[in-house]
Amino acid sequence: MALRTEELMLNMGPQHPSTHGVLRMVVTLDGENVVDVQPDIGYLHSSVEKMMENRTYLQNIALVDRGMDYLSAMANEEVWVLACERLGKIEVPERARYIRTIMLELQRISSHLIWLGTFGIDLGAFTAFLWAMRERERIMDLFESATGGRLHHVYFRIGGVFEDLPEGWTDRCEEFCDYFLDRLPEYDELLTGNPIFLARTQGVGVLPLDTAIAMGASGPVARASGLAYDVRKAHPYEVYERVEFDIPVRSEGDCYARYLVRLEEMRQSVRIIRQCLERLPAGEIRSKVAVTLRLPKGEVYARTESPRGDLGIYLVSDGADRPYRVKIRAPAFSNLYALTEMMRGWKVADVIAILGSIDIVLSDVDR
Amino acid sequence: MPTEPQYVPRSQVLPLDKALEVIDALPGGGVILTKVEEVLNWGRAASVWPLTFGLACCAIEMMQAYATRFDMDRMGIIPRATPRQADCIIVAGRATIKIAPIVRRLWEQMPEPKYVISMGSCATCGGPFYYDNYSILKGIDQVIPVDVYVPGWPPRPEALIEGLLNLQDKIKKEPFLRRRIARAAAAATQA
Repeated sequence: MALRTEELMLNMGPQHPSTHGVLRMVVTLDGENVVDVQPDIGYLHSSVEKMMENRTYLQNIALVDRGMDYLSAMANEEVWVLACERLGKIEVPERARYIRTIMLELQRISSHLIWLGTFGIDLGAFTAFLWAMRERERIMDLFESATGGRLHHVYFRIGGVFEDLPEGWTDRCEEFCDYFLDRLPEYDELLTGNPIFLARTQGVGVLPLDTAIAMGASGPVARASGLAYDVRKAHPYEVYERVEFDIPVRSEGDCYARYLVRLEEMRQSVRIIRQCLERLPAGEIRSKVAVTLRLPKGEVYARTESPRGDLGIYLVSDGADRPYRVKIRAPAFSNLYALTEMMRGWKVADVIAILGSIDIVLSDVDR
Repeated sequence: MPTEPQYVPRSQVLPLDKALEVIDALPGGGVILTKVEEVLNWGRAASVWPLTFGLACCAIEMMQAYATRFDMDRMGIIPRATPRQADCIIVAGRATIKIAPIVRRLWEQMPEPKYVISMGSCATCGGPFYYDNYSILKGIDQVIPVDVYVPGWPPRPEALIEGLLNLQDKIKKEPFLRRRIARAAAAATQA
């Protein structure tokens, strides 16, 4: 007589050391195998889209920092000011464009470092966390001296940036690039060749290319599945069309591929920063834009490549000094729904590794 | 025939509390009690174990405070992943109305004595999400009692460390044993 088995419902989160915030996952288990995963979101819903309708275009820069993806504040500012500039046809001085690109790539490195550290903790490698935070602290110093803020900068303005770079900043940034490229091989030694790390990630949580496209996954998650798509190349903004860089693409689609893609992206970011620092022109940093800016009636969609993927803002203006409607297309939200496909059939211990590998930020999911 | 299990209330008064009461009543016993209390509080203050519970952006600065450069471990502050082992909860970030009951339950799961640090203006009063917002709780102190408020948007790791040092000062001054005596006396009169 065959044994009768029952499915078990397991509640993971909202308080769980590896849910990276306040995600609740209702996992259905058959023994140790995952049958289904239902993510329960909304624990960090901040109603940012609604709040933006009541604030002026300038005030909203501070709000998108906190309300959206808090690990990459600059990327949020970028997509917001890009939307406003496109609708208002506002020119941005050349120097400001270069400064923005440098900042965006530094932000990408710092965001990927947080991911690397927390992914290490999820898989039991605490050293990776300490090392990643050590490097990140140097980026925070660079940010702080240029913008005044560590995590939330409010540095970009519609038509430029807030202030020029302080004296000696470019040298320190160059110094950081050298330092960081020296450190990256250490991560290879620590994780890439680590047999435990390989056993936990290689072949785990495979996301096939067609599923990735169907689920709307973007960023490193899609690129690890073989989709060679990057908004920086496909719809260039700022100075990305003038700098040389490669898009790392892997075809495996497992956790290990996502790890390798992000590691390579950090190298490419350093490459972009170096080119920008070389060509950084002198001149104005901000064009004249009224504080009570009124954008013409109309609508616009702006998209950028945030560290998590394709980040977009759809902005509708009715001619007033504040937006009529804002819709945020969050990359982490789409990536979260690809998660269910990735987890099905794996063991419960792999759930942590797979969730860690998609680099989720709940603030970006819930908004 | 199975019967309903009867609820037997456990005694609230421990033998230790009785002993403390006796010592307190002795001539000069108060001095002994105060000295013992000082030693106990010194030990408790040097081992604050906060719960790792990050809500929003402040959690990133909290992580940074645990990690390299700031390293809160050197003050005996070690993060614990379960509320059963923690004696302090750092509410790091904005709390929504949806998460508020869960924060409350986490706080209830922690053993006494327990402390709460409200990190950042979002947790303290709703911060920028105070006006025209329907989803954010306007201050975590509506749900759980807060001991130390750390200002900032988000606070720097140094600010969080300052908050935890303030909490350690608070713990050092606490009449830990006398509170037990008073509670035991209250329980005795109630019974």
